[in-house]
Parts: sequence; C-alpha cells; structure tokens
Amino acid sequence: MTRLPSLSFGGRVDALPKWSKVLLWILLALFFYALPLLELPVIKTPDTDFAGVLFTVAIYCLVALGLNIVVGYAGLLDLGYVGFYAVGAYTVGVLTAAHASWPYLLVIPVAVIVAMISGVILGAPTLRVRGDYLAIVTLGFGEIIRLVITNLSWLGGARGISGIPGPPSVPANNADGTVTDPLFEIPHLVWQNGQPLVDLDNKTKFLKFGVIDAVPYYWFALSIIILVLIADILIKDSRVGRAWEATREDEDAAELMGVPTFKFKLLAFAMGAFIGGLSGALFAGKQGFINPQSFQLLLSILFLAAVVVGGQGNRWGVLVGAALVVYLPERFRGFEEWRVLAFGIALMVLAIYRPEGVIPPRQKRRAKKMQQEIEALEEGALDDAEVTHG
Amino acid sequence: MDFALLFDHFFEYTITGLALGSIYALIALGYTMVYGVLQLINFAHSEVFMFGTFAVVWVLFAFHATPASSTAAVIGYLAVALVVAMAVSGGIALLLERVAYRPLINRNAPKLVALISAIGASFVLSEAMGLRDEIAKKLHIDGGIGRYIAKARETSSIPIDINPKTLFTVGDYGVTTIDLLLIGAALVMMLLLDQFIRRSRLGRGIRAVAQDPEAAALMGVNATRVIQTTFLIGGMMAGAAATLYMVKIGTTRFNAGFILGVKAFTAAVLGGIGNLRGALLGGLVLGVAENWGSAVFGSEWKDVVAFVLLVLVLLFRPTGLLGESLGKARA
Repeated sequence: MTRLPSLSFGGRVDALPKWSKVLLWILLALFFYALPLLELPVIKTPDTDFAGVLFTVAIYCLVALGLNIVVGYAGLLDLGYVGFYAVGAYTVGVLTAAHASWPYLLVIPVAVIVAMISGVILGAPTLRVRGDYLAIVTLGFGEIIRLVITNLSWLGGARGISGIPGPPSVPANNADGTVTDPLFEIPHLVWQNGQPLVDLDNKTKFLKFGVIDAVPYYWFALSIIILVLIADILIKDSRVGRAWEATREDEDAAELMGVPTFKFKLLAFAMGAFIGGLSGALFAGKQGFINPQSFQLLLSILFLAAVVVGGQGNRWGVLVGAALVVYLPERFRGFEEWRVLAFGIALMVLAIYRPEGVIPPRQKRRAKKMQQEIEALEEGALDDAEVTHG
Repeated sequence: MDFALLFDHFFEYTITGLALGSIYALIALGYTMVYGVLQLINFAHSEVFMFGTFAVVWVLFAFHATPASSTAAVIGYLAVALVVAMAVSGGIALLLERVAYRPLINRNAPKLVALISAIGASFVLSEAMGLRDEIAKKLHIDGGIGRYIAKARETSSIPIDINPKTLFTVGDYGVTTIDLLLIGAALVMMLLLDQFIRRSRLGRGIRAVAQDPEAAALMGVNATRVIQTTFLIGGMMAGAAATLYMVKIGTTRFNAGFILGVKAFTAAVLGGIGNLRGALLGGLVLGVAENWGSAVFGSEWKDVVAFVLLVLVLLFRPTGLLGESLGKARA
C-alpha cells in the first residue's frame, strides 16, 4: 500500500488522457449492461433469477443515490425514505391501473413530480426540526404513508393494486396481446468447465418487456441510473452542491456566510424525494402489482444501511453499498434462514471496522489528514505558549 | 369519525390507554437514557425488551405453571419472572453496549455509524431468537429444552390464564387489577429511577457525563462505567416492561420488539428525548392518544394518530413536551 495520492487508484485514473477516461467509463457501462447475459459462474445467484436480482440491485442503487443526496450531501437523517418510494409506486398504480389507464411512460414524470411535492410538503414544516428529531419525524411520515395506503380502500387497501403495465415494448405488441417479433435477440452465455459458450436456447428479446425475462427492465433501470448519476455529478460540483456541503458541516456558519440553508435543505429533500419516487415508479412497472407489504419501515432502514455502509457522501460508495445490501442476502440464499442473521453481523462488522463506509468520500479522507496536521500544529503552539509564560 | 363512542366510554379508553402508555414509558426510558448520555438512538433496545418477554415465558415454563395454578403461586411465579426478565434484559443491554457500541465510542465514530451498528445488532438479536431451535440443534443442547425452543418463528404465549379482577369503577369502567398494576408499577419505577439519578453518586455521574463528557472525565468520572450503568438501567426497565406486557398481552414473538420499540422511541421523543420525566409523560400521552384515536377514527388508524400527534408536537415544541437533557434534570 502506497500513501502517495498520485499513485492511488483514483489518482491514476485522473492522470489518464481524457479520451481514455471516457473510453474507460463506456467500457464499465457496457460491462454492467452485459452483466445479466454473461451469467458469470461465481457472481451469479444460484437459487434466484439473476436478472431479477440485478433489477432489484438497480432499484436500490437508484434509491441509494437519492438518499445519498439527503443524508450524505445535506446531512439530514431520513428514516422514512420508503414513503417517497411508496408515493412514486402508488401514483403509477393509481394512474395506470386502479383509476385510469394512462401509458406507463407518461405516468413516470407525474409520479416523480407527485413524490417531489410530497417531499416539499413533508420538508417545509419539519426541516426546522433538528438532527435526530428529523429522523423520527421522517420515520413517522414513512409509517403514516404505509398505514394510509393500507387503510384506504381507494388505494386498494391491504390487497394493493395489480395489473400495472410496464414500459411499452418496441415494436409495440399487437392489440390482442400477442407478442410481436423483437428488433433482435441477444443470446446469453453458458459456462461449462470454465469455458464460456453461447447458449442459443436462452435469448433476451431486445426491448421486450414481458413477465419472464427481467433483463430489459434491468437495462431500463440501468439507463435511468446513468442519467441520474450524470445529474448527480453536475449538481454536486455546482453552487448547490457546495451549499449542501456547507450546511452539512456547520449550519450556523453557512447561514452567516449567506447560504439560505433552509432553502437548500428543502431542495435536497425534494431531490431525494424525486429520485425515491422515480425508483418506486420503476419498481411498480416491473412488479406489475404493489401492496403495502412492499413498503415496510424495514425497507427505509435497509436503504439507510446501503448509504452508510457504502460511504455516505460518495456516489460510488453508496452504489456499492446498495449492491451489497441486496446482493449478499440473495447470493447466499442457500443458507435461507441464517441470512438475516449474517446480514446483521455484516452490518455490525462493517460499522465497527469501516466506520466511514466501504468507499468514503474523498474530502472526508482529506479532512481526516488535515485534522491530524492541525492537531500536531496546535500541540506545537501550546508548547510555545507554555515556554513564553514560563 | 365517531365521537359518541369515545364520549360513551371515555374512562375505559383513557384508563386502558394509560396502562398501555405505562409500558411505552418503561421501554422509552432505555432510549431516553442512552440518548441523554451518548446522543445515540439505541435502535436495538426493542430487542432487549423482546428478550425480556421470552424470559417471562421461560420462567413460567420452568415452574411448570398451568392455567390450574393457584393465584398465590401465579403471583410468586410472576415475581420471579420479573426478576429474571430484568436480569436477562439488563444482561443483553450490557452485551449490546460491549459488542455494538463500545468499539465505536472508543474510536469516536460518527453517530450515524453507531446507528447502523445498532441496526445490525437488532437484526442479530431478533434472528437469534427466531432461530433458537436451529442454534440449539447446532450446539447439541436441544435434548431437554424442547418446550423452550419449539416453534421459534411463531408466537409463544404464557402457559397461564390471567383473569383480572375489577377493583372499583370510574365513570362506567371497572378498573382491573392489571390496569392498576401497570400504571402503578410504571409510576413507582419512574419515581425510584428519578430519585436514583438525582441523589445517588452514580446518578450524579450519569448527569455529569450527559452534560459534558470531557469535563466529567476531567473530574474523575469513569465514563465507561457510567455508560454501562445507563445501558444496564435501561435494560432492566425494559425487562420490567416486558413482564408487565406479558401480564397484559400474554404473547410474544421473535420480532415483537420492533413495533413496540418504534412506539416507545416515539414516546421518548414526544416527551423530550434525554429527559426521564419526559419519557413517562410521552408514554402516557401516546398511549391515551392512541386509544382515543382508535375510538374516534377506528382502530386501524390508531398508529396514524400516534405519528401525526408526534409530528404536530415536534412542530410546535421542537424538543418535545418537556424539553431534552438528562443533564439538566435539576439536582
């Protein structure tokens, strides 16, 4: 392990010429697009549909990116994030299946806006409440949403809403429901004794959103994640991102420096709700049915665990965290009943040995070093003072 | 909305609400004390309570209690169960502090990380209870304890019938022995604890650490010991709450702690987290509000009422009904 920053992984990537950096990112994205087709033997989940697991991973990644804005960037502890996820999913359910039959793609923006409005409605009165109180207020909000959808028969009650359509297939299916031929098909790989072979019996139909094959949904979600990631990078490096950082580190100082902290906290909340609603809408489209069971408080806690385990404030970290939180229990489904226990132990071990997350944000690492330097300086200054007084 | 139901049975809803609130209050103490000292949400406290409920069931199993047992015997069994449950819950709380918190406190880790560690510990504890049959099998100790570990994933109930007697009537509601026991026990325990925190040496240490950990350390207060005591007391109160809960409700499950934990934490915040009297007040207010809410809006809305009340209180009194701080509880 070398301590020179220029030789660290990030430093080496930064040092590459721009075209190769772009190429690297494109290759990485392609790898993730191809992941469900590769059927890699060790990574693949043995007992569940791998593409389905990947789709869930993608949903959690999206949620983690949204929650990261709230928790990681703005420093607001939100224990009710599942509320926004539910708002997004139920808006889709109501407008496509329960009370209207709008097309799915049109409903997504509506769902996102409804979730954002709910974020503002929750945030405007509660963001004046400090730290841990905010946590319990948001927890209460998440529970209120769940109980309301359980008790309102207009929203399907405990049975939920079924028959939610997914994204439209390209080319469109016939009106009588028969499936038209896809643009093209992509075969999966099959591994025999470490040799990859092309499996012509197992093909994914490009842009055909059916019931059995989850791969197109995964691609859809992955594309949205990439868009959100780009937006995330742009926002984080803008005035808004710096305002969030200032608010998180010291709210009073930020306010004195002329940062309207309340406005920016509300913005963080609304953006978090926006992405939460978006993931809920994707979830509803893939699942086809939703009920209150899918929006338990436990989910909020898992989302938060994903963000903190990955490294709050670092977008790549929270993606890794989200992937771990979903993937580990699925990969080890063989141990069925022991997996929650193992997950709990893993959370504790990670918290104790990697308190800053698997991939901590860069400025955190820098701040830590700076802190040590300042402490060393202060001790030196103290010694000097004692000498002059003595 | 049906206000008539509430007005017709006002005393019934209020008194049973107070009884329920007493249990919330006793669990809330664990949250509020740990928060007062460490500013941490002790998420795994609900599991401490859950272990207490199982301790009660197991003590009754160990005495071979049956519905036919005499009243005096049942009271004796329950007294033993109370002691055992307090010991078990206190022990689990100490273990929790040692395993999940102390490594983080020593390293001065961010609070949110401690919360994650606590969430992990909560999963581990509740799953360990839910898998107790499997664990016993792995350890080859499942021979003589079949009754204790049977149906680990399902509801366990106490093997006795508790028939509350009506003591006197208030309005048109006959107050039962159980209602009185619950409210009385909570009040007495709160009173004792309050006096302990105010008057004893250890209590002074707890208040000192809550006010200013560094200054307390400079004055020679052993912070680790204070933190341990805090966890122990919180755990013992949860054990007492568990006994009362089993007397009142009679059944428990490996995941029974979760919802009660959320309610109790809500109660603690409602009263002003970090404040002992706030926990009592918050618990009672929450219990009564829930009961009234279920009378007016129907029982399926009672949790909504509880959370809406919480949000409203925090909007107008951002630090809870009585304000926070264990340290400032006047000496």
